Amino acid sequence: MNRLRGPIILAAILVALPLLFPDNYFVTVVVTTAVLHAILAISLNLLMGYAGQISLGHAAFFGIGAYSSAILTTQHRLDPLLAIAAGMLITGTIAFLIARPILRLKGHYLAMATLGFGIIISIILVQAGHFTGGPDGLGDIPKLVIFGWAVESDFHWYIVMSTILILVVWLVNNLIDSRSGRALRALHGSEIAAEMMGINTTAVKSAIFVLSALIASFAGSLFAHQQSFISPDSFSFFFSIELVTMVVLGGLASTYGAIFGALVLTFLPELLVVFEDYEVMVFGAILMAMMIFMPQGLFVGFEKLAQRLYRKFFASQTIDKEQRDVA
Amino acid sequence: MLLKVEGLLKSFGGVTAIADLNFEVPEGVVYSVIGPNGAGKTTLFNMLSGIYLPDEGSVTLNGRNIVGLAPYKIARCGVSRTFQNLQIFFNMSVLENVLVGCHLRIKENFISTALRLPLSMREEKKARQWAIDALHFCGLEKYINSPSDALSYGVLKRMEIARALAMKPNIIMMDEPAAGLNDTETAEMLSLIRRISESGITVLLVEHNMHLVMQVSDRILVLDYGSRLAEGTTHEIQNNPQVIAAYLGSDTTTAGADVKAGGNHYAV
Repeated sequence: MNRLRGPIILAAILVALPLLFPDNYFVTVVVTTAVLHAILAISLNLLMGYAGQISLGHAAFFGIGAYSSAILTTQHRLDPLLAIAAGMLITGTIAFLIARPILRLKGHYLAMATLGFGIIISIILVQAGHFTGGPDGLGDIPKLVIFGWAVESDFHWYIVMSTILILVVWLVNNLIDSRSGRALRALHGSEIAAEMMGINTTAVKSAIFVLSALIASFAGSLFAHQQSFISPDSFSFFFSIELVTMVVLGGLASTYGAIFGALVLTFLPELLVVFEDYEVMVFGAILMAMMIFMPQGLFVGFEKLAQRLYRKFFASQTIDKEQRDVA
Repeated sequence: MLLKVEGLLKSFGGVTAIADLNFEVPEGVVYSVIGPNGAGKTTLFNMLSGIYLPDEGSVTLNGRNIVGLAPYKIARCGVSRTFQNLQIFFNMSVLENVLVGCHLRIKENFISTALRLPLSMREEKKARQWAIDALHFCGLEKYINSPSDALSYGVLKRMEIARALAMKPNIIMMDEPAAGLNDTETAEMLSLIRRISESGITVLLVEHNMHLVMQVSDRILVLDYGSRLAEGTTHEIQNNPQVIAAYLGSDTTTAGADVKAGGNHYAV
């Protein structure tokens, strides 16, 4: 049951929020965005946190998914669900083709290569105006219809995104605690020892790179249908960096950490609006403070804080009990 | 013959690490490779496990030439190893580290595990038992659920061995298993190597502790500057004048005893 605890708590929170705050902008719009970011952060965390392979171009896969859906549904009148699958096929193929050459690189060099890939894709999105609409973007993307149910309102999207997040968390947790997941973490711990245990590290790295790209592409397609209008700005280098920040801030190699990171990075700018002109400065200062005081990430950081508070408030009772036991 | 090395040669930018080396390891023995620091022992291990590609020569395992195979493919031929400078997956628990050793014995894939299909669950349960058995074998049952980054050096050394054994290898290569261990831990290591050998696994050992080598080995290969100085049974090596001379000078009366006790003038 331990394995299901996380997804159940997550589901409970996501169900409770709209019940507690019906028709609330923060819940239906901001939480939905946070949930989308969480899906992306979890997919990037598979690659960065678990396999230890940094990527500064994750937004590119998000973008390929979004544009595939947008182009196929508007220009080729394809059914949105089929377009999502086609988008994943395209993204998966691209990821598979670049995975081997790119993942030969390590550390800073891998960061540079993925950065380059991300920039190339965002240039293509701007320059291939005939297909992508160029810097003006693409509009009139049709609604998503799932088995006859049209996903229309913000609240509908809240339900769809939340369901997918819970599903992704479940799948990723299963994967991490399995032969394949251990192979991933092993190559992060020591690539040479992983090879000696019979793990084809090159193949495992490629597989996780492709899986991570597929999830991002799926999220991208959802994003396109949700927004009904997309432009290259949403898939730039800056968004890649934001995703990396979410993963690192939340805590590497933790699925719930990635969710935490996505939540904080989506909500903070909304809450900091009160600082007006100083918003960005305060935002930066908070990020720095979090990394200084919680270097292992928010998830572990809050866990430790909770333990400390628990001990502070309940410690006296525990000591009393121990003394009685001794006596 | 389980392992046959013929005409092996490796040089690094003009420095010859291994020069025209020949030796054979019969099945079921404890075969030790000794020699002063820089004699090429670890280089030899790295070539046998596929990390380095030899410049020339062949390595035949069960009649199959394994030169040029990637390390993970050599592992699939039943070769396992431990490392001189520990290679631990510090991001995983002790049990998980050893479970990685079961990688080749588990039949499941990305999809079946992500969906938790019954097949995967059965495999996972079996693997857990194999890993726990390997930990018991190495006397690590206390540490099954410990995080690996909280353990002492001696425990980690044994955990690496448990991980290598979880593969159920035909041959295990141990690179200096007793380095950095105290006397009690060394004695435990000695009995562990004996038990591994008794379980039918061929042991290839690189070790500086002569006391341990002389007690545990069936055959010994002595390397000096990358070439073979002597090879033979433990008794033959202990009484080989060349070995004694290389290790201690030419005073033959005490030399045999000192080889046993770990005398090594190259190491000074």
